[in-house]
Amino acid sequence: MEDLLSWGQILGRMGSQFLPVWVALVVTYSLSITFKRRLGLYGKLFDSVVGMIGFGIVMFWVFTALLANMVITHDPLAQLSGLKNAVPGTLVPNPGDGIYPYYLLGGDHLARDVFSRMVMGARSVLSIAPAATAFAFMVGVTLGLPAGYFGGKFDTVLSFIANLVLAFPVILLFYLLVTPEIRVTGIPVYLAAVLFIFPILFFSILFNARYFTNPPRRNLYVGIVLVIGFWAYSGLAFNMDPLGVWSMEPNLLNVFVSVVFVNSPTVFRIVRGIVMDLKARDYVAAGQTRGEGPWYIMLWEILPNARGPLIVDFCLRIGYTTILLGTLGFFGLGVSPDSPDWGSTIDDGRKLLNLVPHPAVVPALALMSLVLGLNLLADGLREESLKD
Amino acid sequence: MLMFVVRRLGLMILTALALTFIVFFLTNLRPNLEKLARTEGSVRMSEEAVDQWIIQNGHGGSVFVRYGEWMGLMPGWVLTDEKGTVRGRCITATNTPETAPRYCGVLQGDWGFSTFFKKPVLDSLGEKLAATGWLMLAVMLVMVPASLLIGVLSGMREGSRTDRALSTFSIASTATPEYVSGVILVALLASPVVGLSPLLASWGWIEGKTLFLGTATSAIDDITFWNFTLPVMTIALYGIGYIARMTRASMTEVMTAQYIRTARLKGVSFGAVVVKHALRNALIAPFTVIMLQFPWLLNGVVIVETLFNYKGFGWTLVQAAGNNDINLLLGCSVVAVFVVLVTQLISDVGYVFLNPRIRLS
Repeated sequence: MEDLLSWGQILGRMGSQFLPVWVALVVTYSLSITFKRRLGLYGKLFDSVVGMIGFGIVMFWVFTALLANMVITHDPLAQLSGLKNAVPGTLVPNPGDGIYPYYLLGGDHLARDVFSRMVMGARSVLSIAPAATAFAFMVGVTLGLPAGYFGGKFDTVLSFIANLVLAFPVILLFYLLVTPEIRVTGIPVYLAAVLFIFPILFFSILFNARYFTNPPRRNLYVGIVLVIGFWAYSGLAFNMDPLGVWSMEPNLLNVFVSVVFVNSPTVFRIVRGIVMDLKARDYVAAGQTRGEGPWYIMLWEILPNARGPLIVDFCLRIGYTTILLGTLGFFGLGVSPDSPDWGSTIDDGRKLLNLVPHPAVVPALALMSLVLGLNLLADGLREESLKD
Repeated sequence: MLMFVVRRLGLMILTALALTFIVFFLTNLRPNLEKLARTEGSVRMSEEAVDQWIIQNGHGGSVFVRYGEWMGLMPGWVLTDEKGTVRGRCITATNTPETAPRYCGVLQGDWGFSTFFKKPVLDSLGEKLAATGWLMLAVMLVMVPASLLIGVLSGMREGSRTDRALSTFSIASTATPEYVSGVILVALLASPVVGLSPLLASWGWIEGKTLFLGTATSAIDDITFWNFTLPVMTIALYGIGYIARMTRASMTEVMTAQYIRTARLKGVSFGAVVVKHALRNALIAPFTVIMLQFPWLLNGVVIVETLFNYKGFGWTLVQAAGNNDINLLLGCSVVAVFVVLVTQLISDVGYVFLNPRIRLS
């Protein structure tokens, strides 16, 4: 065996490591393109080249995150002697049985495999970013709808608070909100207690507004929402789930809550703007004349009509959240020291950037490609949703 | 107009008070004060000693009162300790309890003493801000013309090949945060072992080992093209994409307007239409965007100054937060909040001046 692989060999071996991901991608694409006429907006995405490229990149990372255990070549925390700052394609000295014989993308300053850490980093980023964005949307939508629809004092107060949060430079806010000292005071838990109630509120109102004329069904749906909602709520916000299914580590909760907190005011402003625009439409007046309640009109008439810009913003915002998480990692805030997430690996790698660039460049390129994919996907979606 | 500015100013002061109070509250939380007590006093202090230290140094009592003292709206604290010496917020080495002023806070120009720099906050912030000012200036000089040019070129013929290429570039640049582009630029242009520099050096095209310098520490004393290009490019790249996309959107909208078609039908050349008729109207929206970019530039500055070790405002903020230097962090926040609010005001007022169709009140 050669001591050092050429770049062609490295790419070839990486390609074969990603085999499960390629298979999943091919299956997704062939199924989607076959049935694209029956899939609504998602199907239309496959009419736009930009959208398809973006979706491909995003799904590549999603499948990588899901199948990370099959893709990695080494344990992302294992340190093999003699491979400190090894260049890409270095042969592992005396590999034992079942140990992959190469460090495909080299070793970092603690002699860990850069490739495996990059792959595991995808998992840690993609397990937080979409969820945090979804929570921010729940908060923004639940508050933005009434603010735009009713206006008045409620709107003035909420808009002032939203502008207040937006006027903070994000990094300053992170330095104040994501610290071990803050965790001692319990502020993240209080924030979580407030922010995590919104999804429950949203779905309860959603079903109540639709089915309040049919109490048995309403009670069933709202009951399910409340039971599952408060079960998850007790575990995620207070770490007191009686069954022990839902839980979040304190520093993860801290990061999660801060990211939701930073994102929701922007969502609030977008939703508020769209609602103020849409509430002058005829179908809203028709609903009012029919005697529909305000929440029914907001949630079942206005919201579905606002879905286009909201879906596009959702994609963009996942990208932005990824960047924010990377920033947190870059400043070493709220993550465990050996976490493989991209931000902290870039931070680890930058100290020797001049001489050994690969430990920092690999996660940097990974992060950039994921955000680029999300932006392209959003562009494709915008283009297709405007065609309606 | 006057009413509008007055109302804006009132709202601004309210926002500034709320923001500084939040920062004050978060930095003066009990665990932070305990940490401060242990770093200032001794690490092995007992719980009671820590409590004692906090009260003796004026950090006890209600947070509202302490905020008022820090702001200079309330008289500073005065205490007599067990040895009988009178200590107080406004009592320093140079004045006695009798001559000390009653009020000494941010409003009086007393921003406290930085435990990290070992000098008054105001002095250290001043020189750091000057350093960051140069960085910001360079970034603006690169970013604004480049992004406007890209936006106008891609927006004047929507859907053309130039438009596609430039739009892709803008999307790519918005997808690359500073800590990513910085790392890639350094690896590509400033590393003696990989990227372009060894190639150029072996051809003899550059004198030193690298094309650009990977750190900007030396730029504090002497800004040169060699040590300042990479930090400036790193911040500018992320902003260019965003402003260019806004300019493009506004330009495409203007290009479909009636008066542009009229001008074209009257036989004015395409170049003249773009420069004389479209450009002025298309640049109103980007002006607001550029002004609102300042607060966000602050983020870029923090990341880039950390990455390139340029000892400016952003670097100071990171050091203040990392070393639990409460006064310095508060000072940084005041500056940040001030910058954000002033740029918001300028963008609002400027928008009205640029766009005569908007009537106030």
